[in-house]
Amino acid sequence: MAELHLPTTLLPLFPELPRQLDVDAPTVDAALDHLDERWPGLRERLCERKTILRPHINVYVDRRRAELDTELSEGSRVDVIAAISGG
Amino acid sequence: MPQTIVLVGTRKGCFVLESNGDRRDWNVRGPYCESWPIYHAIYDAESGDIYAAAASEWHGATVWRSSDLGETWESSSEGLGYGEGESAPKLSKISGLTAAHGRLLAGVETPGIFESRDKGKTWSLFSTLDGMPGREGWNDPANQPPGHLGLPAILPHPDEASHFWAVVQGIGIFETTDDGASWTPRNKGLRADWPLEDPSVGYCVHKLVMSPVDISRMYQQNHVGMHRSDDGGNSWNEITEGLPTEFGFAAATHPHDRDTFYVIPLDGGHGRTMPDGKAAVWRTRDAGSSWQRLDQGLPQVDAHLGVLREGMAIDREDTPGLYFGTSTGQVFASVDEGDSWDEIASYLPAISSVEVAQVA
Repeated sequence: MAELHLPTTLLPLFPELPRQLDVDAPTVDAALDHLDERWPGLRERLCERKTILRPHINVYVDRRRAELDTELSEGSRVDVIAAISGG
Repeated sequence: MPQTIVLVGTRKGCFVLESNGDRRDWNVRGPYCESWPIYHAIYDAESGDIYAAAASEWHGATVWRSSDLGETWESSSEGLGYGEGESAPKLSKISGLTAAHGRLLAGVETPGIFESRDKGKTWSLFSTLDGMPGREGWNDPANQPPGHLGLPAILPHPDEASHFWAVVQGIGIFETTDDGASWTPRNKGLRADWPLEDPSVGYCVHKLVMSPVDISRMYQQNHVGMHRSDDGGNSWNEITEGLPTEFGFAAATHPHDRDTFYVIPLDGGHGRTMPDGKAAVWRTRDAGSSWQRLDQGLPQVDAHLGVLREGMAIDREDTPGLYFGTSTGQVFASVDEGDSWDEIASYLPAISSVEVAQVA
């Protein structure tokens, strides 16, 4: 299980979406698919054209900048950050 | 008593201004849509729903819907996209919404039109105007923002569901009479102060409006000049003379008089605000032969106000009310056809769009 932390800006869009949850997935990409099954449309809010992280969405796995294909390990911490984007 | 509602799309969410029948006292509600940037909010008189086109720097483009005049909202972008991966054009923004004949149409950037027939729950690609002159260059990233090559406006024919006009920024107007199966450029007679490879396209149409009482009568605020058509957009004549500048974005047609029309001229350089810091709307009652400056009640000192292409609306009362919203967050209203104005909201975020509707 990886420990996934989501940006607060997502919470109003998806009923019962928690800020933090555990996900059993081998990669960041698979983790997002997992979330999208439970909360349809969530992946679209983080990725454009299905396969590209949005420009101001940053993902970190165990504090290191990650991409969709970054692998997850048991106990990995995944932070999805809505990065600084204007005033 | 019927209410008048003014829908205001802003940089920080959608607001609803509401008044009783006299349109004098206004209540401001909002911000809605989780304060996402809203580019165009509309009221669908057929369904009673409000739709708001949004694009978040973080979470992309979506369309919000409220079926209770703004009290609750949901959003969807299912189907709003050109495909997967780097090779697919990016859908960066929904620029304009149109509700007509039982469906929603969304004009987007990169240029294209999407439609929804289930109240915005799902969308499908309707047309990218393929085959139009120069179309192959529209998706070039070099033509994307800051060039802002999008499709901001779709103007429906009031009676014919498969007949409408679309505006592509910097390219011009296109008409379809067969529900998007084919298109025809409608830019004859327009002026361009730049070289054109093909004279049928390459025009910077900022706002296209049609008279509700005579659909052959259209007006447009262009990057270079005001123009009028008397033949449903087939040809255009310039009517700029008498206005303080040739540049502007917003425009509105009188609901009962084909010859009365309103514009908000702006300085055309970097500023794009009202000339000399004095706010004014301009009106013609003779189809552009002469113009009157309307500024009673509008600020005349240090009022460097901008108004964008969807920033002015007019209601359909016997004595129609006019409304416009500014880049500095004020909404002004007139209930005497523009002769005098009141400020009905003062401190909203920067305003992108203003629409008005009468609701039961």
